[in-house]
Amino acid sequence: MTVAVEKPENADKADKVDKPEGSAPVAGARRISRRMMLAAILVAWLVLFAVLRGKHTLTLAAADLTDLHRWFNDVNDSIGADRNSNPLFLYFFNEIRLVIDNLVTFVQDLISQSSAGRSVPQIGWLGVVGIAGYVSWAVGNWRVALLAVAGFTFLGLQGLWQESMDTLALTLSAVFVALLFAIPLGVWAGLSDRFNRIMTPFLDFMQTMPTFVYLAPLTLFFLIGPASATIATLIYAAPPAIRITAHAIRSVPETTVEAADSMGATQRQTLLKVLLPMSRRTVVMGINQTIMAALAMVTIAALIDAPGLGKTVVQALQSLDVGTAFNAGLAIVVMAIVLDRVTTAASGRAEAARSSGNRFLKWRRPLLAAGGVAAAVLVYLSHTYVWAAEFPGEGSTGSTIARAADNVTTWAQDNLSGVTNAFRDAITNGLLNPFQTLLTDSPWWLVGAALVGLGTVLGGWRAGVTTAVCVGLLVGTGVWSDGMTTLASTVVATVLVMLLGVVCGVWMGRSPLVDRLLRPTLDAAQVMPPFVYLVPFLALFGATRFTAIVAAVVYAAPVAIKIIADGVRAVPETTVEAATAAGCNTWQIITKVQLPMSRSALTLATNQGLIYVLSMVVVGGLVGAGALGYDVVAGFSQGQLYGKGLAAGLAIVLLGVMFDRITQAAARRTSA
Amino acid sequence: MTPATTEVPQRRGTPQDQAPTPVISVRNLWKVFGPKADQVPDSEELCGLTRRELMDRTGCTAAVRDVNFEVSPGEVFVVMGLSGSGKSTLVRCLTRLIEPTAGEIVFEGEDIRDADHKRLRELRRSKFSMVFQHFGLLPHRRVVDNVSFGLEIRGMGKAERTKRALEVVELVGLSGYENSYPDQLSGGMQQRVGLARALAGDPDVLLFDEPFSALDPLIRRDMQNEVIRLHHEVGKTMVFITHDLSEALKLGDRILIMRDGKMVQCGTGDELVGAPADDYVRDFVRDVPRGQVLTLRWIMRPVEPDDALDGPELGPDVVVREATRAVLAAEKPVKVVENGKLLGIVGDEEILAVVAGQEGDM
Amino acid sequence: MARQARQWRAGAAGIAVLGLTLTACGGAKVGDDSAGGSDSSGKCGTFNLAVNPWVGYEANAAVVAYVAEQDLGCKVTKKDLKEEIAWQGFGTGEVDAVIENWGHDDLKKKYITDQKTAVDAGLTGNKGLIGWYVPPWLAKAHPDITDWKSLDKYASKFKTSESGGKGQLLDGDPSFVTNDEALVKNLDLDFKVVYAGSETALIQAFRKAEKNKEWVIGYFYEPQWFMSEVPLAKVKLPEYKDGCDADAAKVACDYPVYELDKIASAKFAKSGSPAYDLVKNFTWTNEDQNTVAKYIAVDKMSPEAAAKKWVEANRDKVDAWIK
Repeated sequence: MTVAVEKPENADKADKVDKPEGSAPVAGARRISRRMMLAAILVAWLVLFAVLRGKHTLTLAAADLTDLHRWFNDVNDSIGADRNSNPLFLYFFNEIRLVIDNLVTFVQDLISQSSAGRSVPQIGWLGVVGIAGYVSWAVGNWRVALLAVAGFTFLGLQGLWQESMDTLALTLSAVFVALLFAIPLGVWAGLSDRFNRIMTPFLDFMQTMPTFVYLAPLTLFFLIGPASATIATLIYAAPPAIRITAHAIRSVPETTVEAADSMGATQRQTLLKVLLPMSRRTVVMGINQTIMAALAMVTIAALIDAPGLGKTVVQALQSLDVGTAFNAGLAIVVMAIVLDRVTTAASGRAEAARSSGNRFLKWRRPLLAAGGVAAAVLVYLSHTYVWAAEFPGEGSTGSTIARAADNVTTWAQDNLSGVTNAFRDAITNGLLNPFQTLLTDSPWWLVGAALVGLGTVLGGWRAGVTTAVCVGLLVGTGVWSDGMTTLASTVVATVLVMLLGVVCGVWMGRSPLVDRLLRPTLDAAQVMPPFVYLVPFLALFGATRFTAIVAAVVYAAPVAIKIIADGVRAVPETTVEAATAAGCNTWQIITKVQLPMSRSALTLATNQGLIYVLSMVVVGGLVGAGALGYDVVAGFSQGQLYGKGLAAGLAIVLLGVMFDRITQAAARRTSA
Repeated sequence: MTPATTEVPQRRGTPQDQAPTPVISVRNLWKVFGPKADQVPDSEELCGLTRRELMDRTGCTAAVRDVNFEVSPGEVFVVMGLSGSGKSTLVRCLTRLIEPTAGEIVFEGEDIRDADHKRLRELRRSKFSMVFQHFGLLPHRRVVDNVSFGLEIRGMGKAERTKRALEVVELVGLSGYENSYPDQLSGGMQQRVGLARALAGDPDVLLFDEPFSALDPLIRRDMQNEVIRLHHEVGKTMVFITHDLSEALKLGDRILIMRDGKMVQCGTGDELVGAPADDYVRDFVRDVPRGQVLTLRWIMRPVEPDDALDGPELGPDVVVREATRAVLAAEKPVKVVENGKLLGIVGDEEILAVVAGQEGDM
Repeated sequence: MARQARQWRAGAAGIAVLGLTLTACGGAKVGDDSAGGSDSSGKCGTFNLAVNPWVGYEANAAVVAYVAEQDLGCKVTKKDLKEEIAWQGFGTGEVDAVIENWGHDDLKKKYITDQKTAVDAGLTGNKGLIGWYVPPWLAKAHPDITDWKSLDKYASKFKTSESGGKGQLLDGDPSFVTNDEALVKNLDLDFKVVYAGSETALIQAFRKAEKNKEWVIGYFYEPQWFMSEVPLAKVKLPEYKDGCDADAAKVACDYPVYELDKIASAKFAKSGSPAYDLVKNFTWTNEDQNTVAKYIAVDKMSPEAAAKKWVEANRDKVDAWIK
């Protein structure tokens, strides 16, 4: 019966697509041969490596430069030299800077910095907590409102009120400016395939180009101050909003748009009355991602004098003060979790309110008004009275946290380093070193050919062409050898990420309880500034490539775990039931049903895992990974290495684009 | 492979009896997807290819190939075919939701293909309405706002359109659910909203794209009856797409059968069952309870000299099932008479052949 | 229903709290006692002081800022910046002074000689040493290790997972001038330079090495607060002679002793601000800096508190800067 009912549905989809069938029997044979081809490529590579080892490796010493690098330097210098006479600076960048500076300063005057002859900001802690609670309730629900109040109060108890508010001010301003551009661009990209295609490489570039590369030039364009910090943040934070908005517009059901068309709606009407309202929920998730990305930039922006928690972290680390850094990092995590939960609740609010019935809606307005009045009173109090303006207490909670973090770190350093060293050496000697040797000691054209081959076999000829272009440009950047070293670490880190991802993801996907317990930890690992945990990692593993790999795994694994958990959970209940009925044990269900069926989630997790690992390359450079990461940091630190740093940044982008295109094409192939 | 349009007078008392000017005339309509699609209808060689060959040769898919039909005012015209037959594309071509590749679509004397954007929008706003398989409702709007959506687009004031929407909501039997949201309704009720939305603008023509195939069988039957009821009440011209033969037979004054984008046969239900144009149609209609569809016209035999001609008389459009009792009860064969003219006779054998054959098929 | 009731309760509770706070109001009002700080901005105005990211620098900056604020009534804005960006700030007018500069001949050429946006503001009195260091336990256990000639003998002991079969020479923050790759090559040592990438990584490596008696040799410098925690031993390299480091690729001698100096923006120098005179006159010893740096890094005092403590104990030195 059910079959009979379902059939027409499926049939109808095929009806519209009109896709010729008949490739199914070929697919099986092709998959086998694909595996054979992969093996053949690897064998050929190994054999040629044995013969040609050490030739054409394109190594470049740390202080050596290529012509391209010197040219980058010259361009950078010439921009700096005529910034006072160039009309572009005088009338364009300066204006942008003024607007953004004013915006940030305005928000800072409101909540974080003393202004207009006052010794405290316009709105004190009580007012901010009140507003946070009220807004969270209005856009979300009372549960997130409580969380917001508790979270913000905790920031005060940590003794980091002003720093937190500075960070909040900067984050909100950056997110605001980002959304101002991102949402219209996203809508456009959602409506126009052409624009989407043009936009995608730019977004890739914005997301994978290490911030360090453009941090220094930004201060040339927008001077040291809030504007540069805001712009650095929004370059990194805007792409998710653009992508997700475009995706939201695209995923509005075709029938609904068609229905509007069939009624004679104009494009404008369709956009305003159908597309935008229907994608609102997803767009809010995009805003959520933008906020998270903006918070991830807090510590890096501190390197160009962005005020706030990032500064506390960076300064604490100069004297290896893990406790203080952790306390500030925790504040960032708390703020991230509050903002995340509030925006998530906001995206679901319309639906939630609807399902709760209409009678509630009637009372909503008076309640909102009452809440607004309450918040206004709190703001007034915090504006007027000292006790409500300055957070009371000395932040003793903060010092307790700092001390506890110190103790834990010390204990771990004292007791675990034996184990960790053994683990490090095992991975380094068993996996990383051989692989890296293969990549760096093979002739460049051999590695290039192998990569193109792998790309073609895995992702089709289009991916192969992209790979070839990327390999060519990588050679052009002049940092080929460093690129290969980084590539080796990246691949090893991604393998570890996927191992962790599959284990934890399956566990979480199968058990809602585990999911609920692990998820906050994963959130924390994702937003905790890497600088905070680098110091203990350094103590445990030394300044090695492995430390960088571990740091990357900590940062990237949560994403992979979450994606895989969602994938496993999305496997239809009936399929699992059928397998259980057929007598599968748990292990068989996992390996034969749940993992194969979440294959597209696994590929997506690999893709995101790789991209996240790549975004940690620069951080890795700070703890002994060398190679591209170090080049970028060095370029940021020393003028004559700027060009090389830029080239290394480009190389990271190229690696990212290459992997992204291959994995995406592979994903499309497996799901087809 | 030209479509066989059996030239037999109409069965029911449809307006076709007076041969009025059609509301919609579709002539030589083509829709080809793919690169250089517009060359396909012009090339005689390419026209002759099967869909598969065309795909291999040009990379194009011909979804609708040289389709011709006319829809009379007040008629329920059903387009039927299996998935991939191009029926959904065809109905979308009528209002250019999908742009046709070639051919004419004449609506009230005007070729819709010549309409500019503005005119097309006007037509869509006031002349046509469409009901979709997956409803296409706006989840963020209440039922009443969904129903009045089309009026809102036309620029009608809020009070007026709400009033009109409430009327239509009542017409489709959704009173009491005006303020619900679509996701709070069952599938059948959602489609009623879809129906109400289509009716709200008081269009001349209603287009249905498999509106009930996503619904449960019982609800589907209710909805079909609902359409029949509404057709009686409002008397709109309807073009109805379905893949379900019994639905087609139940609703359609005339049925167009499509296969691989081409018309196979166009005619009334008894014509399809009684004179299938080819094996495809024959196969299709095999399971139809013939007694319920065929009329005496289809089973009568010519009068032979030794036939007794003093039996009772029946009209040629009487359905077999209704005639069974009378024929079997009569001692003499029944005469089939139209306008006083004897067309043929029907005896026990003919009736039993239909009834028994039908049982044999079951 | 239940939800609605909850909403009501929440609203009622909110209003109750509101009432309570309104009735319980009181306490000091903002602006009742507008504290001194803000009204003391006399003729000095704003003084933008770059703060480079190492503790020694922060010690300098803390003391100069404290004196500028307390004695000269300036409004000091500290800007946390890397050197490169701080120098860039001279050109854009965002930075008035860099208070501890290590060499950076390239930057001096670019901003002082070519762009003329910065000027030399004299020496800080600190002597900067750069070189190769080993943890104290190693220097004690193998006294000969502090001479480069015997390094090869121990090369295998310095082997790590990163050094590819050779001894590992750990280099630090890429901001610092290093000739180490050339040195290793030209002194023909069986070592490989491994880039730790940050000062943090370097300090952690030395700290751990001293604690666990591990073999580590690496690039380091003084004055540095870490020296007061773990007094690293410097390895003797072939003696520095003028010009022996002229060709970066052929360096085979020790690093020169850096006379750390101060740089100010040209505009600031001409402004007649008393803060500029302070910057120009500011000078102290390595020991002074280490004291303040230790207050900050080891005793975890805030820079202001550290500066206050030192200034109060060394009033005579301070008076000489602002006389």
